[in-house]
This record gives sequence, structure tokens and C-alpha cells, in this order.
Amino acid sequence: MKKSTWIAGLLLLAMLVAPQLLKNYGIYLLTYWLIFIIATMGLNLTVGYAGQKSLGHAAFFGIGAYTVAILTKAGISFWLGLPAAAAICFVVGVILGFPALRVQTIYLAFATLGFNTAIWLVMRNEEWLTGGTFGINNIARPSLAGISLNGNLAYYYFTLAVALAMAALLWGLLRSPWGKAFTALRDNPIRAESLGVDIRSYTLLSFAIGAAYAGIAGGLFASLVQFIEPGPFAVGASIMMYLMVVVGGPGYFFGPVLGAAVGVLLPEWLRFAQAWYLFVFGIAVVLLMIWLPDGLLSIPDRVRARRQSRQASAARAQAALAATRSAGAGT
Amino acid sequence: MTDFLQLFFSGLATGAIYALAALGFTLLWQASGTINFAQGEFVMLPSFIMIAFVSAGLPLLAAFLAACLVAMFLLGWVFKRGVVDPLFKYGMMPIVVATIGLSIAMRNGIRAGYSAEAHPFPALFPYELYKIAGVTVTLSDIGTLALALVLVLSTQAFLARTVTGRAMQAVAQNTESASVLGINVPRMIFYTFAINAVLAVSAALLVAPTYLAKFDMGESLGTKAFFAAIIGGFNNSRGALLGGLIVGVSENLAAAYISPSYKDAVALVIFMVVILFKPQGLLGRKEERKV
Repeated sequence: MKKSTWIAGLLLLAMLVAPQLLKNYGIYLLTYWLIFIIATMGLNLTVGYAGQKSLGHAAFFGIGAYTVAILTKAGISFWLGLPAAAAICFVVGVILGFPALRVQTIYLAFATLGFNTAIWLVMRNEEWLTGGTFGINNIARPSLAGISLNGNLAYYYFTLAVALAMAALLWGLLRSPWGKAFTALRDNPIRAESLGVDIRSYTLLSFAIGAAYAGIAGGLFASLVQFIEPGPFAVGASIMMYLMVVVGGPGYFFGPVLGAAVGVLLPEWLRFAQAWYLFVFGIAVVLLMIWLPDGLLSIPDRVRARRQSRQASAARAQAALAATRSAGAGT
Repeated sequence: MTDFLQLFFSGLATGAIYALAALGFTLLWQASGTINFAQGEFVMLPSFIMIAFVSAGLPLLAAFLAACLVAMFLLGWVFKRGVVDPLFKYGMMPIVVATIGLSIAMRNGIRAGYSAEAHPFPALFPYELYKIAGVTVTLSDIGTLALALVLVLSTQAFLARTVTGRAMQAVAQNTESASVLGINVPRMIFYTFAINAVLAVSAALLVAPTYLAKFDMGESLGTKAFFAAIIGGFNNSRGALLGGLIVGVSENLAAAYISPSYKDAVALVIFMVVILFKPQGLLGRKEERKV
């Protein structure tokens, strides 16, 4: 078996066992982490695999959260609310994808950032729908086949199951021809187009699928925290999610797991030093870009590349030595 | 009508401040391909430096000049050597991410190391009102607008008229031919960073008296400057002035006539319209896609 499979297996085992050893708040935090893994998995598809620049992911996260909150408040089941959140985000994601067809890189980053601001303003100002700055409270947690997911532990395992399902889905997607088309779009859009990849649809899809992931994560978030207000869905959160993907390693399947840990678990854990933590985090991002622009998960690849080049040069040196020896023996 | 003119005029003053930040932003982009996401924090930090100098007993003007020197070193030289130069070879996005990291670090460094409160900033202009043809304007608005215009126009004159300025433009247009022609490219790029730092300190001097100095003041200012730069035309320094004024004025008018709570969306709407129909900006040149 490959080493990465082992690590993934161990990680899964740890995730299954860890909550048994933790207190309520620890379980809550782990659930929080899982939710951000789901959200950043989607962003990783948009940014890491398809190469689009999106600084508006928190808007989808928020749309998902408000969809579930508003629907459950209206008495509609969470089990309808969650798919609805994904569907709405998918549609809005397609719409947001349209600017991406016209403009690239930094223009796109600002367009998505602006979109996030607009959605945030709607959340803050349209009190009839979202409760404005007062938010929506007492969002009920669902129950599944008669089992209440009210307890933190039950909700954790439910979130873990959703996260695993979403990860499996993404894994399958990336292994399919679609996944290849996404990476082709990232690596060289013009070449991809000339090879017959419909870059128009794939650009839109990469946004839409990424957005749907954020929608599901948002829905889970609403019923985890049971109180939502516009704060967590502002531009800063989008930037943080983007950094999570970049820190973990864009285009690495497990990048979001690591990135979300750095972006969510660590700051919660180091809460007493919050501003200083963010100061150090900011500096660390700068240093990471300088030394490891492909993210933390590029370390093994880099070590391997270095070892290979060392081996290759050793082999070359040996071959050269052998050649001079045989030449010497000839004379 | 007088209301409209009044709003229009105070919008111009705000817009002129946006233009200062936006101009530095486009200069950096032209000279070195750097998108500086920390541009707002580049205005925030000097406000605190000036507060520190003023509370150490310096008069405001001397504090401004001293802050310019500190900023040229920190936000010019250190920023270029420490962040931009090592990342230049990787292309645009790593610099964007690094400057995002830098903005987080600067904002929270001030918050944790100095203060999370809003700090009053000494006013540059005394509070005086004038009535011109029925329109009431404050001296501070007139002064802000005039000073910002002088700065923007003299930066442009410097770029267009002086040998150094033209060499800087040559570097911005084509780095390789510029270095073949014997222009010291790294030095010209450093000058750009230094000018950006001075423009940022000036923006701080003008914006902080009204909006107070606070660790997160850069967030909205930076975003407005980006939008202004792109609306006007990213690769044209006159565009920054036009974009800044458009954003400032339309924001002010929209807050009064449409809805104050959606004021922050105005820049965004104009920006969206501009990038959808004229992605190179109102005054910008088109850039072609490359394989």
C-alpha cells in the first residue's frame, strides 16, 4: 500500500477515536474543523485543481448557512434544507462563474471578493429575511432515522460521515475525465481549449461545484453553532479560506485537512493570544510563500525530488568514474 | 441642487484619498507586477507612526516627513527585498498571497502590540466652513482635495518629465529593453516602492483626521483603492485618479439618495460593470492572453 493511504487511514482512525477522549468543547471544535474541511475541499477544487481565483467562498458558506437556518425556522426539514443549500449555492456559483469567463487572475479575485461584500451586505441589511445583525438563533439540530443529532458527539459523527461522503465524491470526480479537464484548465486554458475541452462549462462547473461544497458546509455550520449572524461570512473569512487552501497545498487532495487545521483548530486552541496568533500566522504565510509556494503538502514531493536529483547526480558521477576507469584500463 | 453639489464635493475629497492609495497600487503593478493586497495597511501603519512621532513632541509636518522616511525604509526597501524580490520568480499569485499574509500580520501586530481602539489624529486643516454659491464646504475637504490632486499630478509630472521618471516608465513597459538601454532596473523599481510608500503616508495624513486611526482602517480603504485602480485602468496612472474620484463621488451620492447601508456596494457595482464591458479599465490598454 502507498504511504499516503496509510496516513489517510490513520487520520480516519484518529478522527473516529479522538472525540471519545475529548470533552464537549473539544468535540465541538473538531466538528467545526470538519465543516471547514468540507468548505475548503470545494475551494480546493475551484482554486487548486481548476486554477480559478476565488476570494468569495465565505459568501457561499453563508448562503448555505442562511438557507438551512431560514428553512428550518420555517418548519421545513433539515434534510430538505441541506440539499436546498447545496442547490442554491450551485446555481449562484454558476452565476459567479460568468465573470470568470471574461476576466482572469487578479480581476477575478476582486470580482469574487466584491461578490462576497455584496452578499454580506444583504445578510446585514435585509432584516426581514436574515435578521440583520441580530442574526437567527435557536436553529434546531436534525435527527436521523429516529436518532437525535442534538448531542455534540452525535453531531460530530454525522458531520464526519458527510465529510467522508463529500471527500469520496470529490475523489471520484477528480479521477474522472472531468477531473482531468479541470487540471487542464488550470495548467493551460488555451491548450485545453484547442484540445477540445469546453473551458466555458468547466470554468462555470468548477465554481458551481466548489460553491455547492461550501453550501453544504454552511448548512452543517448553521446547525452546529445554532446561531448565525453575518460576521463569519465576511470578506475576511473568504480570504482565510483561500489561505487555508494555499497553506495546506492547492491541488493536493489532503491540503484542506491540514489547511483547515492551521486556519481553524490552531487559532481556537491559541485563543488567549488571538491577535498575536494572527500576527504570527500572517508572517508565516509570507515565509511559506517564499520557501514553499506550493503549500505544506508539497514538502514530501520536494524531498523526493531532491533525493531523486541527488541519486541521479550520484549515478552520473559513478558512470563518469566508471567511464574514465575503463578508458584508463584501455590504454 | 445645493445638496447634490455639497455631496459631490465632499465625495471628491474622499475620492482623492482613494486615488492616492490607488495610484501607488497601479505604480507597483506597472513597475514590478506586484499586486499589493496590503495597500490599505500601508496607509494604516503610517498613521500610527505619525501618532507616535506627534506624541513624542514633533509638530505634525515633521512627524509626516519622519514617517515618510520610516515608510520608505519599511514599506519600500524592506517590503521589496523581503517579500517581493524572493517571490518575483513565481509569478503573480504567490505575491498576492504573501501580501494578504502581510496585511493580516500588520493589522494584528498593531492590534496586539499597540491598541485595538480608534485613535484621534491631529487635524491637518483647521475646522472652517465656506459658503460658495450657496454650497457649504469645509476647509478640510478643500485642502484634502487640493493636496491629493497636487500629489497625484506631481507624481505624474515626475514620471513624464524627469529622466528618472521616464526611466521608471521604461522599466514598467519593458524591463528587458530598459536594462539593455543601461537603466538600473532594480533601482528604478525601488524608487517605485519608495513613491508608493510616500503616497501611502500622504493618504494616511489626509484620511486619519476624519476616519481616525484604527488597526482595521486599511481593510475598506484598501478594497476601495483596488476597485478605483481597476475602474480607472490598472495599467494607467491617470486611471487611478479618475477611478478614485468616481468611487468617492458615487459612494457619497448613493449613500444620500439610494441607501446608506448599501454604500459599500457602489464601488463594487461600478467595478463589475467596468470589468464586464471594459476589463482593461476606463483608461487602460488591453492586455492579450498568452499561451
